[in-house]
Order: sequence, then structure tokens, then C-alpha cells
Amino acid sequence: MEEDDPRMRTARQFIDAIPHASALGMTVRAVGTGRVVVDMPWDERLIGDPARGVIHGGAVSALMDTTGGAAVISHDEAPLATATLGLRIDYMRAARPGEAIRAEAEVYHMTRHVAFVRATATDGGEGPVATATGTFTVERAPGGTRGSRGS
Amino acid sequence: MKRPEPVQVVKERRDRALAALVGGIPYVRTVGIAFERRGDELTALLPFREENVGNPVLPALHGGVTAAFLETAALIGLAWAALWDGVEGGRIDAASLTPDRLPPMPKTIDLTIDYLRVGLPRDAYARARVTRSGRRYASVFVEAWQDNRARPFAQATGHFLMPPPDG
Repeated sequence: MEEDDPRMRTARQFIDAIPHASALGMTVRAVGTGRVVVDMPWDERLIGDPARGVIHGGAVSALMDTTGGAAVISHDEAPLATATLGLRIDYMRAARPGEAIRAEAEVYHMTRHVAFVRATATDGGEGPVATATGTFTVERAPGGTRGSRGS
Repeated sequence: MKRPEPVQVVKERRDRALAALVGGIPYVRTVGIAFERRGDELTALLPFREENVGNPVLPALHGGVTAAFLETAALIGLAWAALWDGVEGGRIDAASLTPDRLPPMPKTIDLTIDYLRVGLPRDAYARARVTRSGRRYASVFVEAWQDNRARPFAQATGHFLMPPPDG
């Protein structure tokens, strides 16, 4: 996946345009067709369990949602924008203190109006921290040109 | 018949318990979530902030912030219900409660979110209802709205793992 890959640019623009994604330090690491990898660094401000230094589930949800949206935007059918319809998140275990969380999302099915997405969050430890499935809107350009905005 | 406690004593005890519960979570402060209490009923508040925007064009609240808000409202709502019983039943002394001396929190097992409408760039509110509270597992429903209570912009149900009763 090259830096000048147009999909990479699209995914980066998508994430960079989201104030909340920037606030949480999210960075796009890799992009494929309808597939995106996004990292979120560990940060004290994101702690949900101070006794153990564990990142709050809400921050993991924000990462999953953002990565899912970026995967939709990076699909070959080039939606202009997307919004989350539904998201189900399963929390398998606490994220390891001090470790960045990496989310990987893929569009596994796309219809005219809806994208179906699966996502997994890992932190380098054994097994996933969380998994998610989501449904996202697909907003298509009338002429079918590639867009870069939305959430 | 026992004389009712003075209202200030009751309020202070309850507000202290709530402050201890909410005050210890850095992420809750980062997103800016606050809680208001009427008796045992909590309303979660999410004041609008630029850094909570997900779609700068509309602009709209970030779906992830909405998810975090719903989850926090559900989790605090559930922990609060348990803490309320403990404090009001005299098993927990509210005066001794601080953020680092709280009963263990429930843990989120899963959360299913419905995004019903665009979250507008303004304050949001949420209320959670514990629909089942078992010894080990609990189910919570939570609803968030903005201008109009009857038109929620998001709702969620979640399952939570309860801490062991003896801590």
C-alpha cells in the first residue's frame, strides 16, 4: 500500500477531517479496497479505569466507528459520504495499559444504500480487545465520482 | 416513627456518592460528560464541543462520541443504581467515598447502538434504564436526545458483567 495510493489519501482525508478522530490521535496505517487499519495511541485522558490504567470502552467505540466509516469511504464503489446506522461492539478484554490500540475494519458486503462492516481492535496482546459489526449508509455521488467526506 | 433526615444531609450524601462515581474517570472528563441527579434519577449531559464533531460539513456529532456517551450513561446508571442501594441502605458510608475508594465498576460485555438521527452540534442528554439486574449480568437500555425528548437521536442496549458482591 503506497503512500500516494488514492485510497490512502481518501482514508487520511476522511480521518483528518474528523475533529474527534484528531482529538483521539487516530492515524491511518493501511488501506485496501473497503479495508482500513487505524491506530489510536494510549493516552491518560482516555482512561476509563484509573486503578488499572485501562482505556475507556467509549474511546474504543469511537475508534471502531471511525475505522468502519473510513473502510466504507475506501470501498471501490467510492461512496461520497457515510453515516453509521447501527454498531454492535463486543468487549473481550481490557486493553493493555500503555499500548496503542489498532482497529482493522472491512466492508464485507455493500448494497446500493448500505455497507456491512466488521471490525477488530487489538493491542499486541493475546486475542482481540474488542470486535464490532456495523451497518453504514452509502451516499453515492450522482455521477459516481469519488468523495472524501462524511462520518 | 423515626424522624426523616434533614434534606441537606440526604442531598449531600447522595451528591457526594455521585461525584465520587463520576469524578474518577478521566475519559468522562475528556469528552465532557456530566451527570444531573433528581432523587435517584440520573440524566447524562454531553455539552457540545468542537472536538466531538464527526462530520465537519454538516456539522454533526461523531458517532463514536455518541457511542461513548450512551455507554457512559448506561455504565454510570447501572453503577449508580447499585451504589444508591448501598448508600441509602446504610451498607456504604458516603462520607468515605472517593474516586479511588469505590465499589468495583460493572464491565461492559457488549453494546448495540442504533443511530436514529444526525447528532446536531448542540448539547445532548441521555437516560439509562436498568432492564435487568442480576447477580452476575445486567441489561441496560439507554436513550439520547437533544432538543426534543420524544425524538431520540440514538439509543442502545448493553450487557454488563457485575462485580462480585464482596468486591
